[in-house]
Amino acid sequence: MARAGTLDRETATKLTKLADHVVGQIRKKQNPGIDIPIRALSNVRFDPKKRMIEMGQEKQARTFFNASMARKFMQTLLLASAVKKELLASGKTTSIRDLYYMTKHTVQGTDENTFEEQDESDPIIEDLEVAVDALREELHLFASNKGAMVGDMTIVDQGDTIDLRRMGSGGWSIPSIVEPNLIQFKKVDAKFVLLVEKDAMWRRLNEDKFWQKHHCVLLHGQGQPPRGVRRLCSRMVNELKLPLYVFVDNDPWGYYIYSVVKQGSINLAYESQRMAVPSARFVGLSSFDKDKFKLPSNVTIKLNDEDTNRAKQLLNYEWFQSKPWQAEIRNMLRQGVKLELEALSKKDISFATDEYLPKKLKDKEWLD
Amino acid sequence: MMGSAMPKRKPPTQLTLVHAEELAKKQREISVSEFFAKNRHLLGFDNPRKALLTCVKEAVDNSLDACEEARILPEVRVTLRLLPGTEDRYVVAVEDNGPGIVREQIPRVFGKLLYGSKFHRLRMSRGQQGIGIAAAGMYSLLTTGKPMKIWSRTGEKKPAHYVELQIETSTNEPNLIRKEEVAWEKVHGTKVEIEIVGKYQKGRLSVDEYLEQTAIANPHATFVYVNPEGDKREFRRAVEEFPREPKEIKPHPYGVELGVFMKMLQDTKARTLSGFLQSDFSRVSSSVAAEICRVAAVSADMKPSKVAAGDAEKVHKAIPTVKIMNPPTDVLSPIGEANLLKGLHQQVQAEFYTAVTRPPSVYRGNPFAVEVALAYGVKDWPPDDLVRVLRFANRVPLLYQAGSCAITEAILDTKWKNYGVSQSKGALPAAPMAIALHFASVWVPFTSESKEAVAHYDAIIKEMKLAIQEAGRRVYAYVRRRQRDARQLERRSLFERYIEEVADACALLTKVDRQDLMKRLQAMAEQATKLHEREAAKEEKNDNGDEVLKGTTTLVVPENAQPAQLELKPAAQKA
Repeated sequence: MARAGTLDRETATKLTKLADHVVGQIRKKQNPGIDIPIRALSNVRFDPKKRMIEMGQEKQARTFFNASMARKFMQTLLLASAVKKELLASGKTTSIRDLYYMTKHTVQGTDENTFEEQDESDPIIEDLEVAVDALREELHLFASNKGAMVGDMTIVDQGDTIDLRRMGSGGWSIPSIVEPNLIQFKKVDAKFVLLVEKDAMWRRLNEDKFWQKHHCVLLHGQGQPPRGVRRLCSRMVNELKLPLYVFVDNDPWGYYIYSVVKQGSINLAYESQRMAVPSARFVGLSSFDKDKFKLPSNVTIKLNDEDTNRAKQLLNYEWFQSKPWQAEIRNMLRQGVKLELEALSKKDISFATDEYLPKKLKDKEWLD
Repeated sequence: MMGSAMPKRKPPTQLTLVHAEELAKKQREISVSEFFAKNRHLLGFDNPRKALLTCVKEAVDNSLDACEEARILPEVRVTLRLLPGTEDRYVVAVEDNGPGIVREQIPRVFGKLLYGSKFHRLRMSRGQQGIGIAAAGMYSLLTTGKPMKIWSRTGEKKPAHYVELQIETSTNEPNLIRKEEVAWEKVHGTKVEIEIVGKYQKGRLSVDEYLEQTAIANPHATFVYVNPEGDKREFRRAVEEFPREPKEIKPHPYGVELGVFMKMLQDTKARTLSGFLQSDFSRVSSSVAAEICRVAAVSADMKPSKVAAGDAEKVHKAIPTVKIMNPPTDVLSPIGEANLLKGLHQQVQAEFYTAVTRPPSVYRGNPFAVEVALAYGVKDWPPDDLVRVLRFANRVPLLYQAGSCAITEAILDTKWKNYGVSQSKGALPAAPMAIALHFASVWVPFTSESKEAVAHYDAIIKEMKLAIQEAGRRVYAYVRRRQRDARQLERRSLFERYIEEVADACALLTKVDRQDLMKRLQAMAEQATKLHEREAAKEEKNDNGDEVLKGTTTLVVPENAQPAQLELKPAAQKA
């Protein structure tokens, strides 16, 4: 707790500094502003050595006396003060939804609310994280649980020992904060980690006890995996030295999920250091799998315009420049179709468990 | 009056003229009352609803004229009562505070159609518009058989007279059924009660609408109105001054019609044609008269009554070829910009009012003036509704035949889109706006005998459009100014509305005096807004909105005005 107390004091100081800066500007009759690192493609850099997306140095001043920024400026300070007063001072942790409700009220003398929707407060929280350089958990915030995990491993979650071998069909629900002070790894028999894009395929693999047969950890992130899932993967890879395999749809969105897990996202580039798993491997689905596994042609779906455009964007990303990746994406564009994980079930309901994954892993047929 | 009610004549050839003369003689023999009985649709008694309105209208016109002639600020009380046990029998009572009528005159004022013809002299008056109160009495007699009841008193020391009279339809003579002196609380004034078959209905073309509009065009008058349901409304006077007294003028030669011209030749006291032209018309000097006679090749010394029909026509034809000075225009009594605006403001709740009175002009030798008052941002306006048009001729509202009226045409012809008001092709503009247009003239050219639409003379339409355009420019200036103010207010309030939140947050995060911080931020917000305003001013430097409104008769109602200040129209209350 002493450590947490020190951390909280540090975070509180960061928030106070933010306000000091603003007050100082007001005293100097300068337009008060908060410098916020830009979270966009223009301000991220791919470090080929670390194989990670990192945030650049560009910042934008969010100033008060600017018609298009005044509201966001007010919201940023409002959230900062609420974090300090309501969370850090009491040592409690809350959800970002809770914080939205805690800070939502009518602006005096108007019929306007400080926040109208949670969609309005969530990005401001991320702005605050980067502006004061504090992680979400340091601000005592978490997002709702998303994703599930089972596997050949025992963990401790806030003091409760959890055997991930005995989680039934639903698995252990992955919290958004999985830092070592909350989650510890105990008896680990797993040899690798398999991250599945979707809940449906995860259920199939769990029911077939894939993790038991192949001694692995099996988790999914309900589409684009949230921070908790990514951070947990990163910890397992780094602390337990397990390889991570990513199993996603064969479409641009599946590729991008893999790329976010591997080298971080543009939006949360500042978190890459903690979350990215540069060693992650893409086991499928690949655009070449249809021929390789002789999947019936009626399991494909035509690429729509949005898919095609997104795929073309990916072709230009620095981290997709390797030859195998260019071939993979171009092959998908050439065929003009995508494949969902469920397409594997067309051959046999347990085709993924019994044939596809074992063969891929055995033949080391993955993309890096 | 009769002239205009007669069938239209054929082009004046000598042959038809003889016919016309005979016809006129013959018509004089038919009693006017009988003529009325047969042609009541021409006089505003087409149906029971309109008849009720016409009765009120004739009586109110009479009252207003009487008050103005005596320089008394009018107070007119109109009561409509449905007779119990009937569905269509109404008693119309109109009471004024006028000078009263001496008893001997009562039968002539109320009982005789076309009493006191104003034919040879022209004057801006209401009377031109109807056939007179006697027609209402006639209608009453025809539908209910009841006589008119009249109370009148001319002063404190005089007794009040009560008279019941009806018109003998065969002789056109008023017949006194009862006459007596009675006690009456009024010191001076007149009250008339007429029982008729009618129909009362609210809304458009109703007595209510007529009185509302009459109040707008007569802001110096107070009206109290009790409808058949017993609801009482008071239209209070908006100004305490009299309208300028209109002057009488002789007809201008350019405007006289041949038939009238010939009748004038017969009636004149002048001894020569030249003398007749000079004395019976305005702006005819001896040299102008000589020139007319020369062009017509008719002797200037001829005795007027001896001028043959053919010669009369020659003279009449010669008139337009001779240049004659325009008639004097100071004879009119327009309502005036300030008073018209007050009248409109009293009756219509809106954000912006403006009024334009055009300088007098002339059509066919008749002086006229056009006035427009416009109310924009009318309260509780149904969205997308077309503008409300209020038409007036010599201070009398015109309710019927809007479609064929020059006023409507002038409004339709104006390009409202130039003034930021939307308008579909061939339609009235759509805006929360009321346009009142007053046409004042010594002789109002109506399109037909029913006298409800102004005729389409180019000179008249042109003046109307000029007035409407000026008012339109001002509305546009106001709308632009309002938009600009709204933008400024929004910018300022944008910063100001968050100051407290920002100060609160800072005070929670760090040690700082919240009040001091707010003061500093307020000052900065003002600065920032001023900066924006300067930029906005640069943007809008071509916008001369404020210049347009400068020095005009315009009223802008402040946004936050108390309802009490604006609630000038009292709510209906039970009498």
